[in-house]
Amino acid sequence: MTSVLLSAFLLALREIRRNLMRSFLTVLGIVIGVAAVVTMVTLGNGATQAVSDQISSLGSNLLTVRPGQRLGPGRDSAGAPAFKKADVDALRSQVSGLDEVVPVAGASVTVVAGNNNWSTSVSGTTNSYLKAGNWKIASGRKFLDDEERAGKAVCILGATVRRELFGTRNPLGDEIRVKSFACQVVGLLAAKGQGAMGMDQDDTVLMPLATVQRRLIGNQDVSSLMVSLRDGADTQAAMQQIRSLLRERRKLAENEADNFNVMDTKQIAETLSGTIRTMTGLLGAVAAVSLLVGGIGIMNIMLVSVTERTREIGIRLAIGALEHEVLLQFLIEAVVLSACGGLIGIILALFACIGLSALLNMPFIFNASINLLAFLFSAIIGVLFGYMPARRAAQLDPIQALRYE
Amino acid sequence: MNPAATEPLIRLSGITKTYGQGDVAYQALRGIDLDVEAGDFVAIMGPSGSGKSTAMNILGCLDIPSSGEYLFRGIHVERLDRNQRALLRRYSLGFVFQGYNLLARTSALENVELPLLYRGETEAARHDAARAAMARVGLTGWETHTPAELSGGQQQRVAIARAIVTKPDVLLADEPTGNLDSKRGHEIMELLVELNRDQGITILMVTHEADMAEYARRIVHFADGLVSSDEIRNGVKA
Repeated sequence: MTSVLLSAFLLALREIRRNLMRSFLTVLGIVIGVAAVVTMVTLGNGATQAVSDQISSLGSNLLTVRPGQRLGPGRDSAGAPAFKKADVDALRSQVSGLDEVVPVAGASVTVVAGNNNWSTSVSGTTNSYLKAGNWKIASGRKFLDDEERAGKAVCILGATVRRELFGTRNPLGDEIRVKSFACQVVGLLAAKGQGAMGMDQDDTVLMPLATVQRRLIGNQDVSSLMVSLRDGADTQAAMQQIRSLLRERRKLAENEADNFNVMDTKQIAETLSGTIRTMTGLLGAVAAVSLLVGGIGIMNIMLVSVTERTREIGIRLAIGALEHEVLLQFLIEAVVLSACGGLIGIILALFACIGLSALLNMPFIFNASINLLAFLFSAIIGVLFGYMPARRAAQLDPIQALRYE
Repeated sequence: MNPAATEPLIRLSGITKTYGQGDVAYQALRGIDLDVEAGDFVAIMGPSGSGKSTAMNILGCLDIPSSGEYLFRGIHVERLDRNQRALLRRYSLGFVFQGYNLLARTSALENVELPLLYRGETEAARHDAARAAMARVGLTGWETHTPAELSGGQQQRVAIARAIVTKPDVLLADEPTGNLDSKRGHEIMELLVELNRDQGITILMVTHEADMAEYARRIVHFADGLVSSDEIRNGVKA
């Protein structure tokens, strides 16, 4: 039996080599189908993973409070008063379950160092911003208490700003110009990468709150609040408490809408990762269509060659080949072609995925089941349409097969 | 005396073949009796529709009769199943067709080796036998050419080499010269005569060309599904 299999295997390999063009076209359909599905789904999984990584980089249970209504069509955030330092203290003392309440006064400015300038956003805040936002100091230090209190001109640079202004040089102790004042670099943030919305989280400069208020925006406004919750705290309850306290402090009547909004950043990120999952599904569906088209391609090649192959089968039967010998040969041929196509497709997809993941800054996640699924699907099509016509031909009388037009 | 020794190589008795059923049934053979001795060279002639090709297919174990007996070396071929007939073809018969029926894009040598492949012979044995057969039909030096690179006469020689590579008892040739011009046709016929004379291969050949039938030792005429004449010739041509 082994020798029969072996000889049929060799025969099949010989046929494949002899009909290189036909074999190539057959394999091509499978290669494209498998590669498309595997690439799409793997990249989609990578994107989902990237988002969930970003969710954890946001820090646990972080709420963002901003003046104005939630953004959207027809919503108006103009005219909504900013927060004040007193709001921060009130939240800190009156709402339970909060870990940190971090005031942020933001401004968009151009920062200059030497010949380089860079437009970025400056956040005036406190050291607790680092903890709430899950930031690490890569080198240098946080703000000192007296720097925070007095609003001294010191800053901590995000990785992007540092790169744009100083290249690879260590900027600690150097000064950058922000509007009309010089500001000493005391610390550098560890890079965090792309945020959940695709923005560059590292394109930021941190300064003490008082510095920004006094020197950049010229008022005591706090443009947003970051609120981190203690582990195990009830997010919904905390949001409700913050909301009612702020309504009270902002003197809103019963029938007035909130002129601020409280967002759960984690929830946003989760919504986003849900969206990406949907997109992955969609891409997968598109890829499945290409797999199907690949399958139809295989079908066509196989069926087109049926006439010639039927005659070939007739010849083989006439000179004394047994039906099962001919079938075994054709079956092995189909299996070998399909398997080769599937494997080449998977290998191509892996290379494409590794390359694209690196390019798109996403983790590469090997998904065995989609590889297997794509492989099996194309293999089944290849085998089915390689084998079925051969089976029909092998059951003909040799005479009929020889005369087949 | 051994009764088998008196029996001919091939004995057809009362062979009929009917295609289709009921009203559209068509009787191609209506009771053929024919004995062929080992070593004979028989040409089967007749107009189209006379049943000569049908008889040839039955003789070649490619088809089975509707009724009657076909004894090949005393074996009842009509009682064999598909696979048994295939094995009979594999070990005892060689075929040459009008349309050559070589595998495309396959070298002449590989085409000739094909029957040996199914006999499970080793690669070395296949090569040697195939080369010898190629040499026998005068195609030494053409082993690596594919059918598309060969002339019609050369292709038919490859087909003959393929048929004799297994050293069959019987060579069945269905209009072997049908696609060839007269000169190439005569060359093929001379080759068949040599194979019959030198190697003792029994040859059964269907043809509608009288001058090709001249080469045979015996000419059987078919008409309307019956044998109409059976002429043994003394002076074999060439």
